[in-house]
Amino acid sequence: MTRTSGTRAATTGAGMADPTTWTSVWAGLGVVAGALVLGLVLAWFDAVARAGVRVGSRAVLVPAAAAPVREGMRLLLGQRRTTVAPDRLLRTLAVCAVPVLALTSAAVLPLGGHSVVSTSADLVWFNAAEALLWVAVWMLGWAPNAVHSLVGAYRFLAQGLAYELPLMFAIITVGVGAGSLRATDVVAAQAGGAWFVWTMPVALLVFLLGAAAFTFWGPFGAPAARDIAEGVLSELAGLDRLLVELGRAVFLGVASATAAAWFLGAEDGPVLPGAWWYAIKTLAVMAFLVGVGRRLPLVRPERFADIAWMVLLPLTILQTAVVAVLVLGGFYG
Amino acid sequence: MSVLTLQIVLTIAAALVGTGLFGALSQQSIVMVMMGLELVVNGVLLAAGSAWYFLTPQLPDAQVLILMATVVMAVEMAMGFAVALAIYRAQQVDTVDAAGELGG
Amino acid sequence: MTELLVLSALGAAAVCTGVLVFVVDSMARATFCLLASFLATGAALLVMDLHYLGLLTILMMTIEMAIMVVFMIMLMMNPAGLMPMTMVHNTKGSAAVGATVFVVLVVGIWTVDWPERTGSPPADPTRQVGEAIMGPQMLLMIVVGVVLLATMVAGITLATHRGRYDRFGPDLDRGRPDDPVRGGLPR
Repeated sequence: MTRTSGTRAATTGAGMADPTTWTSVWAGLGVVAGALVLGLVLAWFDAVARAGVRVGSRAVLVPAAAAPVREGMRLLLGQRRTTVAPDRLLRTLAVCAVPVLALTSAAVLPLGGHSVVSTSADLVWFNAAEALLWVAVWMLGWAPNAVHSLVGAYRFLAQGLAYELPLMFAIITVGVGAGSLRATDVVAAQAGGAWFVWTMPVALLVFLLGAAAFTFWGPFGAPAARDIAEGVLSELAGLDRLLVELGRAVFLGVASATAAAWFLGAEDGPVLPGAWWYAIKTLAVMAFLVGVGRRLPLVRPERFADIAWMVLLPLTILQTAVVAVLVLGGFYG
Repeated sequence: MSVLTLQIVLTIAAALVGTGLFGALSQQSIVMVMMGLELVVNGVLLAAGSAWYFLTPQLPDAQVLILMATVVMAVEMAMGFAVALAIYRAQQVDTVDAAGELGG
Repeated sequence: MTELLVLSALGAAAVCTGVLVFVVDSMARATFCLLASFLATGAALLVMDLHYLGLLTILMMTIEMAIMVVFMIMLMMNPAGLMPMTMVHNTKGSAAVGATVFVVLVVGIWTVDWPERTGSPPADPTRQVGEAIMGPQMLLMIVVGVVLLATMVAGITLATHRGRYDRFGPDLDRGRPDDPVRGGLPR
């Protein structure tokens, strides 16, 4: 090896010796714990929203807030289910892949100018983690050798073809505005109140919409809808189900925090310490996502595909073009 | 040391190319033939990446080559699927042996 | 040394899963073996500081294989591998060609006098490739754009079996298109 550790440090940006990468194991464990907390908080928001959209009384809301934990414990102790001639290998892979991918996406969350993994293409990292869900969810639906779960898997792919391109353009817009694909650079570019949401509202909305779609949550829950007996989730019980549900919640929670970092400037804000601002923004994104998402009806994939390609895709391209012109005009400094 | 690593990575890339070629030539199904071709390009990706890292990291040329290989793969896939669908729709053909119209 | 070990391990994984593509019976598994091979290559590119291209490989191949698996299930007999069958021809000849190509390449790889690396990777490899395709190599990017557009048009033309006359009638005078599935927009 010609490049020793000494020259590695000299060439910044080279792999793990990056100044914006945390090298400590504790940082990795901390982000895993943080991602789990994000997932749990999101599950709380979701449970409260589902129970209390109309009721709104404490008698309903308090038990609802406890529901995710209770449900998790029930699944942990429950029996796993098996079907006739399943593809055991693919099922195991898929069940593990969903939470692992959610945690992987948390690795590029910028925190105080650092992230656990900091590459020169963090935005693509998040996108790749999310794209791997296509395969994971398809395997989840294929493996049990059951018709409803397979229908759910195909619905997810159809929905994926609809949401993926607008989501990619939303992510690219962030990269264009920041002039870098590194998450910490994106946050640095928004310092002093120059949050990207002011110039990229469409990208933020499409990003959140994409997040709901790749976790097949809320209005995009068609792959696990009731008309096909919960689709991709139909043959999952016990620990398998717990892992998949955990992965979905964590992924949506991490996506909310990512939206807070990429579009709302992460720690940027007056008076309060940065961490408070980050938490407030993340909670606000979650509240918005859950509040709006739980009020919308289920969208059928074939209808969403039409809307995504005819409306969302041109809108996001226009959004990117506007940001590109602003960049050329020196708007982002 | 870096030359040795380069040679090992290139050997692995050659193995990918060889395996892909074997698959593309031996498989009957059109889709499996395409998978063989993908494996060949996979070898090209790895070889170009190692050439960049171990020979000329200061120049972007090898990176551009990888980008080109990726585009080749995308085009191959899109056209491959389209042709597979078209020929299946017209003649219910799903193997290369049965698609012998141009076979002289 | 670590670099050598990591790259060798990822390379071995890429080759093994690549071989498995043509060994396993289940078409779903074959597709995901190919994906695993690409993921190993993508990880190797990441290790070699090619962040953007490594992640791009992972991202693109994942989506491509998710589409691929649909075609595999649709067009192949025995999609789940529950009824093992062989779908090969001229195995010996193909193996000979594959092995010959491999041997020729390996002989070349181990006899060429490779130069030692002179420069070092830039601080931002992504910026390096971005500036190349938007600067000196821009012609290539322009050609790629045209090629991809042509692919999209040609692909759709070949794949679809319904044209505008099927949708709007022989005189193109139907107000609402006659589609098998209604879209989400009011038409």
